Amino acid sequence: MTVGAATAVLARAGRWRWPEVVFWVAAGASWFVLPEQHLLLNEICILGLFTLSLDLVLGFAGIISLGHAAFFGCGAYIAGMLARAGYGDPVLGLVAGGVGAGVLGFATAFLVLRGSDLTRLMVTLSVSLVLFELANRLTFLTGGADGLQGMAVGAVLGRFEFDIFGAVAHAYSLVVLFVLFVAIRWIMASPFGVSVRAVKGNRLRAAAIGIPVNARLVGIYALAALYAGVAGALLAQTTQFVSLDVLAFHRSAEVMLTLVIGGTGMLYGGLVGAILFKVAQDTLSNLTPEYWQFWLGLIFVALVVVGRERVFGWPAALWARVRGR
Amino acid sequence: MISRRTILAAGLVAVLAAPAVAQTPFKVGLILPMTGQSQSTGKQIEAAVKLYIAQNGDTVAGRKIEVIVRDDAGVADTTKRQAQELIVRDKVGALAGFGLTPLAMATAPLASQAKVPMIVMAAATSIIPNQSPFIVRSSQVLPQTAVAMAQWAAENGIKSAVTLVSDYAPGIDAETWFVKRFKELGGEVKESLRTPLASPDFAPVLQRAADAKPQAMFVFVPSGQGAAVAKQFAERGLDKSGIRLIGTGDVTDDDQLNGMGDAMLGVVTSGHYSASHPSAANKAFVAAFKAANPGMRPNFMAVAGYDGMHMLYEALRKAGGTADGEALVAAMKGMSFESPRGPVLIDAETRDVVHNIYIRRVERVDGELYNTEFATISMLKDPAKAAPKP
Amino acid sequence: MLTILFDGIAYGMILFVLAVGLSVTLGVMNVINLAHGTFAMVGGYAGVVLVNRWGVPFLAALPLVALVAAAVGLLLERTLYVHVYAKSHLDQVLFTIGLVFVSVSVVSWAAGSQVVFIQLPEFLRTRFTVFGASIGAYRLLIIVICGVLALVLQGVLARTRFGARLRAAVDDPVVARGMGIDVARLFMVMFAVGSGLAGLGGALGAEILGLDPSFPLKFMVYLLIVLTVGGGSSITGPFCAALLLGIADVAGKYYLPSVGAFVIYSVMLAVLLVRPQGLFAPR
Repeated sequence: MTVGAATAVLARAGRWRWPEVVFWVAAGASWFVLPEQHLLLNEICILGLFTLSLDLVLGFAGIISLGHAAFFGCGAYIAGMLARAGYGDPVLGLVAGGVGAGVLGFATAFLVLRGSDLTRLMVTLSVSLVLFELANRLTFLTGGADGLQGMAVGAVLGRFEFDIFGAVAHAYSLVVLFVLFVAIRWIMASPFGVSVRAVKGNRLRAAAIGIPVNARLVGIYALAALYAGVAGALLAQTTQFVSLDVLAFHRSAEVMLTLVIGGTGMLYGGLVGAILFKVAQDTLSNLTPEYWQFWLGLIFVALVVVGRERVFGWPAALWARVRGR
Repeated sequence: MISRRTILAAGLVAVLAAPAVAQTPFKVGLILPMTGQSQSTGKQIEAAVKLYIAQNGDTVAGRKIEVIVRDDAGVADTTKRQAQELIVRDKVGALAGFGLTPLAMATAPLASQAKVPMIVMAAATSIIPNQSPFIVRSSQVLPQTAVAMAQWAAENGIKSAVTLVSDYAPGIDAETWFVKRFKELGGEVKESLRTPLASPDFAPVLQRAADAKPQAMFVFVPSGQGAAVAKQFAERGLDKSGIRLIGTGDVTDDDQLNGMGDAMLGVVTSGHYSASHPSAANKAFVAAFKAANPGMRPNFMAVAGYDGMHMLYEALRKAGGTADGEALVAAMKGMSFESPRGPVLIDAETRDVVHNIYIRRVERVDGELYNTEFATISMLKDPAKAAPKP
Repeated sequence: MLTILFDGIAYGMILFVLAVGLSVTLGVMNVINLAHGTFAMVGGYAGVVLVNRWGVPFLAALPLVALVAAAVGLLLERTLYVHVYAKSHLDQVLFTIGLVFVSVSVVSWAAGSQVVFIQLPEFLRTRFTVFGASIGAYRLLIIVICGVLALVLQGVLARTRFGARLRAAVDDPVVARGMGIDVARLFMVMFAVGSGLAGLGGALGAEILGLDPSFPLKFMVYLLIVLTVGGGSSITGPFCAALLLGIADVAGKYYLPSVGAFVIYSVMLAVLLVRPQGLFAPR
């Protein structure tokens, strides 16, 4: 294969396919067509963004993380604390939350560079637990167990106030999700993104051809943390409340399941998984959280025992066809 | 120019709509922690609400009362989400429940925005009714019981104390007001210890309290954790070392008291409700509750649920079946009635509960452990709200 | 001060008994088993039922509880875990988290969410004073039982033929199989023993750690920390690590209550930075 042909293949992967366009048009249309479901759709957008960020870590970099909620919670608290301190502009809170979480991701990235799967699991889990304890203790900053009170979130772009029906929130989250998605799609189709995938495929070989493995891993981890932080900030701003729950273990576990349902390594997997998960949760929402946890656990167990490839082989095949391979 | 036909049509619509409006059920969104650490709170309040409806019928002022119970597992995010869904999708006329302070605080802005009355049946921090003009409380206010306990302690020869509370708003309320009154009356507070709400590990902190060698240990923990404190207190031998365990009624929760064992005998607490309160209304309440829920004894949470429904029913009667949020809240202000706990008044200014605080001692009566009342402080208002602003 | 040391040792001993079974699955069989805490919970609740409801004397209930937990472990191993041995670590993580969620919900539904206690016999509720420190009889019992167990386990591993076969299977399963050692059966036995020990730890720890349905989630972290610090696949490693962490945690919460919970996490992160394979690993 010549260099020119190789470049052409990679460039083709970066172009938009019509099913993707349909997906986003449908997403936008949902705002007009389903006015009763703004609250639910807002939650789907936020979860979709969060799951997308985990995909970067798990699907593209191959790092099993049980503590991704740390970045989600970090972004949420930063945005919340800013709103409480009087800086209520939503976009400012978004940027601050994302950057703050990204910095945290960058700082903890070196911890996941070495060691086995178990070590990385432990490290990511402990980071999120340490953060949980910090938030629990620093009550003057975070409100502790009572949650962050007194958040005054301003109007989006100075004009659209958040309403009780969630219409503005939904639009806001959707736009943010779309913008960030386009960005990450472009990044993953760029040389950086391709090299990250090479690292996941075979670390030794990637290093042998000169790819700076550690730098790539740190880069993708920090990027994922940033995205998770933005998702957290979105949650804080659209619900105007932050509590310790954003850092809880079950968030990390749920986002992992959501990603697995949708499919790893495909970017859209996170979004599809979020839709499936939230709709399922909503229809079962009259059950208590206890029973929900039971079914969630059962799905996990069944999925693994039956075999993920057998259950979810079809989205991967579909995606391959979409990308024209 | 309005045609005759239009007037006729309008009249027809009005005639048909009036009974239709009266027929629309009045929905109450009851958000409780039915699972998780505070599960006992949720179960007690739900049982009490069901009992009230069973005893008083489900139709008030021409409207059928429909209670929608939702579980928030004690997580404030969930409470807020449930409240929002109940308001937007189920179109409830009132919200009730709120097992912990953070849950009520998170929902307050929603109540204000949607103009829906919020009846707080469990959370006990002083500032809750201030969060929204639509909040009315039927449960208790911690500064009331903390101050009463400090008073009794000082008047009964206790000169030094250590406070141990859960680190969240009601705990801090209890600590602040106990320390304030105790010191005012000449007592010495050797240490003020706090334990995190989420993961209570009492052993080290109890040891620390014991090492300070006070005459009494004042404890506040939310109602699901009292048993653990009592157990560890006895297990460390603190009861035999001359330290008296005192606290608010949450520690000797009626529902769990029997399970705590004889280690609790003689413990003095201050509370607004005891299942052994000697009034006819209470005896009837306890009997009916036990009959409907075998194996359960009503505690102070249940009585708040019961009274909360009573307040709602009375408000609907007073304001008329088509009342909106503001009218209902206005009807509840200043309401006074006889509850199984004793007399209750809803303060017209603060929308908070004013009731008797009893000093009780744990005693064995008819083979079971009860909080036997032996002193009463009448109609105590919340000292935190009554205090002059600095 | 001595009391705190003593309490810390007792706490550490319980962590050890809970973690030793995990060191088997993790370090030896290379299965990420986050559901180990479930067996501890099973043991704890079995203790509650045996002692509180059926009136079995506490000391007699302890071996029974271990048997129950071992039986449950064996059952799950034969039916579910076998499918998971060959799968990726991500699959194992998902599977075991799923197990935890299911078990937590089932117990929660069956027994309620509140903390439960095992009623201790009178003689275990006394305290003595030794060298000026106040010591509880119950914690003393824990230290004795767990200490003996540690010695027995180490003895079996080092001195018996069974122990030799075990070590062979751990070092090189392929060669061991080639020599006629039934590796699969050995692993199965180890899994059951590990679960049984966890169950015992759960019942013993109910008084001190507090037993409620969220036990597996709460303590999974501590157990993994003990293993990470101590290094898997041995007895002495987790033993020393558990003691270290137990004392550090209790002392931390006593002397610096505002920092208390961080001590354990900080110790672990520090160790991982310096020696990712654990403090006591062979290499």
